[in-house]
Amino acid sequence: MAGMKRFDQKRGLAAFLANLRRLPDTLSYSIFRHGRPRSERGRSQAVFSSLFLHLHPTRVHVRTLGLTATFGLGIAALSFFIILLVTGILLMVYYTPSTELAYNSMKDIHYVVPSGRLIRNVHRWGAHLMVIVVMLHMCRVFYTASYKAPREFNWLLGMALFVVTLALSFTGYLLPWDQLAYWAITIGANIASSPRELTDALGITQWFDPGGLQKELLLGAGEVGQDALTRFYLLHVMLLPIVLVMLASVHFWRIRKDGGLGRPQAEQTSGAVGQAPDLVPPPGGENDKTWSLMAVVRDRSAATDNEPGDTVATWPYLLRGELVVFMLCTLACLVLGVLYDAPLKEIANPNVPENPAKAPWYFLGLQEMVSYSAFMGGLVIPAVAMVGLALIPYLDREAEPAGVYMSGRAGRKIALQSLAFAVLLAVAWVAIPVNFGWLRNWFPGIPQIVIIFVNPGSLLTLGYAAWSLVILRNTGSTRLGAIALFTCFVAGFVVMTYVGMELRGPNWDFYWSRSHWPVH
Amino acid sequence: MAGRLEPEPIARRDFLGLAGWWTAALAVLGSLAGMVRLPNPRVLPETSRRFRIGRSRDYPVGSMQVVPDKNVLLVSRREGFAAISMVCTHLGCIVDRSETGFACPCHGSSFAKDGSVVAGPAPRGLRWLEVSRSIDGRLTVDSGREVPAGTWFRA
Repeated sequence: MAGMKRFDQKRGLAAFLANLRRLPDTLSYSIFRHGRPRSERGRSQAVFSSLFLHLHPTRVHVRTLGLTATFGLGIAALSFFIILLVTGILLMVYYTPSTELAYNSMKDIHYVVPSGRLIRNVHRWGAHLMVIVVMLHMCRVFYTASYKAPREFNWLLGMALFVVTLALSFTGYLLPWDQLAYWAITIGANIASSPRELTDALGITQWFDPGGLQKELLLGAGEVGQDALTRFYLLHVMLLPIVLVMLASVHFWRIRKDGGLGRPQAEQTSGAVGQAPDLVPPPGGENDKTWSLMAVVRDRSAATDNEPGDTVATWPYLLRGELVVFMLCTLACLVLGVLYDAPLKEIANPNVPENPAKAPWYFLGLQEMVSYSAFMGGLVIPAVAMVGLALIPYLDREAEPAGVYMSGRAGRKIALQSLAFAVLLAVAWVAIPVNFGWLRNWFPGIPQIVIIFVNPGSLLTLGYAAWSLVILRNTGSTRLGAIALFTCFVAGFVVMTYVGMELRGPNWDFYWSRSHWPVH
Repeated sequence: MAGRLEPEPIARRDFLGLAGWWTAALAVLGSLAGMVRLPNPRVLPETSRRFRIGRSRDYPVGSMQVVPDKNVLLVSRREGFAAISMVCTHLGCIVDRSETGFACPCHGSSFAKDGSVVAGPAPRGLRWLEVSRSIDGRLTVDSGREVPAGTWFRA
């Protein structure tokens, strides 16, 4: 055609070569949409435009980086999850979820697979440490009042993440198919069926059996077998990790949406809560459009009260801090994994229970309560505790800036008093049945339904609830009442866990030390 | 036909919109119901709960023997035979025989010789299982069928 442009053959080749030379740059630009982050503005832009980094703001308040502000516990929990994800996928290469082969594949991983033993140990330690830091993170958030409006929903997400973390640990516990695993899961599954205690006592199990349904859903059978192993494997490697990733993503996102890390009023430099700050253009240029959306929407700005003067760039300061936490977590897993092997007992034997058969440590407090009543200790009390904790941000709405531990002197006093009260009460309720027995020893003919409801665990829970109501009334502050309740919960958990771990021996009898256990 | 002056209780557009939303919601709920049904097994994959335990002369009067691999104690008395389940009614551990009856290693429940609860968290006594005679004359225990404590099977 006449109008067609004629290309110079030489020029085409030259362009090709030039493009080839520029390939690293153009490829990088097509991915990152900006040049190398050499300046502060460039690094901000990198954080802003990366899917993985944009959960961070481009700048954070200096206080966020202080050690005592968070102790890095949230990032530590995420770090352990990443470690667990990587080591878990590696373990899946050899692990076979079948009752015939599971135990043997564990032996293979331990003795034959290159670095299998270390990877398994790291997985085990990562799981323990993740549970610990999730609990500590929860304490940090509670005591700094960071659950308060507008962060109530993130507290709920955190509770859900706590439950999923425990569920992941529990489902992982069965997979080695050794004696420890088999009997822990038998006990767990029977706790799920423990509403039968109540329906039996009422005589309605025949028509209404939620306990049996729960157990069958969990095990897929009447007892722990291949179906249970298949289901636990599915939950452990697929369903629960997906749920955890989704919840965690929203959890992180909400930290930003709720205004970043909470901090005391004294350190805030501008703007009262609920008042949009002046639209200060971010450092780096008048033409940046990151604020345009905020200018259109008539609501509180997500980036509350930030003046550039109080902030530092996310890259490098925050990222560096996060990397340090991640390295420390990995180091902890590695050191523990090299020094201490994850346990593997004999292969599961459905005819001979372990004695004592103990759950992982974080469930031993529950197991202690289960030894009073399976239904109350295993289901009702944990459910009441979870619902109680979840409702705290909705029932304690005293406006208060986040970030001060215990909310000052009055709070510290209440926390100490509650700690003393909670420990004494928990010790008393353990000591009384150990020394004097319980209702059935005193009144042999007592109806079962009384034994279910009146037991040391439920009395302890009631005692804690009553104590925090008294504090609430005496101080007239819902925050102090919440501090009392939460402190009681934590102290009770620690005491019960210690009793279950160290003071209970064969037949769940009381022993002052492991060395007093009878030899058999 | 409603006149233009009479206001309709709900605008046609709103009605259709709502109908669409509800149809979608019902479809999702229906599929959810189908998915929730799936993990609830209709048939439990288990070995038969009925099993033969031998002839009555293998269990002389006055003996108490644990049936191998079955977690059942067969008690033979002048009144007849009884099979007591050794699965703890608390959380499913296997009880040990003790001098006074049975003791559970997991959470310390203890039971008398007839299986009734003496102490501990067990909500009820050990289960007594149905004993019968199969057609070839051997004793049969059905661990799926419970009989009231104190029921003796006369051979």
